Amino acid sequence: MSTGSASNPLASGVDDHHNHKPNGFFARWVFTTNHKDIGSLYLLFSFAMFLTGGAMAMVIRAELFQPGLQLVEPNFFNQMTTVHGLIMVFGAVMPAFVGLANWMIPVMIGAPDMALPRMNNWSFWILPFAFSLMLMTLFMEGGGPNFGWTFYAPLSTKYSPDSTALFVFAVHLMGISSIMGAINVIVTIVNLRAPGMTMMKLPLFVWTWLITAFLLIAVMPVLAGAVTMVLTDKYFGTSFFDAAGGGDPVMFQHIFWFFGHPEVYIMILPSFGIISAIVPTFSRKPLFGYASMVYATASIAGLSFLVWAHHMFTTGMPVAAELFFMYCTMLISIPTGVKVFNWVATMWRGSLTFEVPMLFAIAFIVLFTIGGFSGLMLAITPVDFQYHDTYFVVAHFHYVLVSGAIFSIMAASYYWLPKWTGYMYDDYLAKWHFWCSLISVNVLFFPMHFLGLAGMPRRIPDYALQFANVNAVVSLGGFAFGLSQLIFLVVVIKCMRGKGERAAAKPWEGAEGLEWEMPSPAPYHTHTTPPEIK
Amino acid sequence: MASSRRLVGGLCLVVVGMFGFGFALVPLYQVFCDLTGLNGKTSNIVNAQAQSSQGVDLERIVTVEFVTYISKGMQWQLTPKVEQLKVHPGQMYEMEFIATNLSAKDQVGQAVPSVSPGQGANYLNKTECFCFNQQPLAAGETATLPLRFFVDTELPKNISTLTLSYTLYELPQPQQKG
Repeated sequence: MSTGSASNPLASGVDDHHNHKPNGFFARWVFTTNHKDIGSLYLLFSFAMFLTGGAMAMVIRAELFQPGLQLVEPNFFNQMTTVHGLIMVFGAVMPAFVGLANWMIPVMIGAPDMALPRMNNWSFWILPFAFSLMLMTLFMEGGGPNFGWTFYAPLSTKYSPDSTALFVFAVHLMGISSIMGAINVIVTIVNLRAPGMTMMKLPLFVWTWLITAFLLIAVMPVLAGAVTMVLTDKYFGTSFFDAAGGGDPVMFQHIFWFFGHPEVYIMILPSFGIISAIVPTFSRKPLFGYASMVYATASIAGLSFLVWAHHMFTTGMPVAAELFFMYCTMLISIPTGVKVFNWVATMWRGSLTFEVPMLFAIAFIVLFTIGGFSGLMLAITPVDFQYHDTYFVVAHFHYVLVSGAIFSIMAASYYWLPKWTGYMYDDYLAKWHFWCSLISVNVLFFPMHFLGLAGMPRRIPDYALQFANVNAVVSLGGFAFGLSQLIFLVVVIKCMRGKGERAAAKPWEGAEGLEWEMPSPAPYHTHTTPPEIK
Repeated sequence: MASSRRLVGGLCLVVVGMFGFGFALVPLYQVFCDLTGLNGKTSNIVNAQAQSSQGVDLERIVTVEFVTYISKGMQWQLTPKVEQLKVHPGQMYEMEFIATNLSAKDQVGQAVPSVSPGQGANYLNKTECFCFNQQPLAAGETATLPLRFFVDTELPKNISTLTLSYTLYELPQPQQKG
């Protein structure tokens, strides 16, 4: 039973030659059902999208370098902010996590592959089509989506470009891909654990992904519903969000954020799993409070369904509702605090060393906590009226998503690159990457807090003169952060091409887990017989 | 594999259910707004008997203000005959609005009412309102639009002014009356 369908010859034509990769580039990558290949595809795709979305961020920061309109038209600027957001959320962060899940979950739980390997292939190969569909609208007459990644009605229904239908279909495809990926993760974790791998022995990365997958199947369909309503409102004369026909634009915000808030936890829970793997390794101590970590993750996921309207404090809700959403939001900081303190307690009196994955993990803990604190400030209803739709919000979510989610993905990449490629990364370049990223990310995002408090609105191509100096600094930080990521590209390419030291099976002294009991690089097929769990 | 199939089936059901839930939020939202009177929606038609069963509260005077908005790009005019009325709760009042189509083509308009403060929305009862119907107007035509309403005697004490605003929208195609 635990061998799953991958070793079933009917499930995949390539398994006849055991332990051999299929011949030919096309057969290897396009038809692959191997979880490691699909994981690599996801990771490479998300890195390509990260650079694409990053290039758009560079356009945004270049335009905002000084006041006035100098480089791009306001409409194009709006398309850049919109597509930057969509690409980073759906194209960079989420596929990177799915890639890590594909690579690591079967290896960590002693399964030979994902439970549904052919669906796995499909859920990856939908993505390039989805993003081509979305990116091609930028070159069409009238331009691409320009209504913000949150596509509030009526911006997305009444005032949107003709290409909005393609945006809707692209989001549908991304949703289908995520849902299939999530179903695969759940079935794999529930059914394919090696004998003896009980739920409370699962590595935390697996646990956090299991909970993330449940969030995904709960809210991605709601997003699909929301874009479908936008589609029919715009093209087929329905009025879900049109007051003239008895609809309500505020209802759009409720539906969107009912998806949107769990979505932000989808983008951070796997990070918690990654950090919970890396911190114990380089502290040479077991993770402090494993069970409390599991329960904290589950309670964050549960609470995420009760806080959506904290994005909408200024829409004119009654005070009772505002207070309810404010207190629920603040409640989330308790399980999150449990996690942060557990990581700190893990490091406490450990034999710490500071390899690059650990550096990124520590930066994650500190910077994510800053993002969490600004989130708490935003949760306070009365002050949110000042912060709403300002750069303070931009600062907040970039702290949790860039120095949070992205830093954890970087940490994971450095941590597992030796296992994936069989070669150690170039430590000198990696350290440069870390320090450049750490400094520039703070130069980029920290001053945005002050811009927001001083009243600079988000999503504008031009601004009042008093914001000029700080914006120039922010833009310089942005360019530096963008360039720093090219160092990471070089490091990854060097590892993939086999330039560097050969990696041992367990390159990290304090590492624990099944993935370190196999050679580096991990063989094409692993755990074909279930491993023994101690 | 049988257990995998059952699990996949169950998860797919969750997905379909949540897709349906997204759409179920639409009627749920309407019900929620109706029950709480949030959002200033006053679309309910109240019949005239409801008013006669209440006495008239001559002690109390409430100001009802009338405001109109024309949606962007629509060349109509909509003006209330008077900008405000001083009313006694429980008594029926009649008002008229004048609508003119200033554009060169025949159009159909729909007025959507809203009451502020939102807590008062449930207490402004309309027994007849042009907002219950679509209003066709030929190019250049003018029409007088009636409104009959009364303010409920239960109106909370802290509310002394109700603002009834109408936003006029153009309906996409001229439709036959139905």
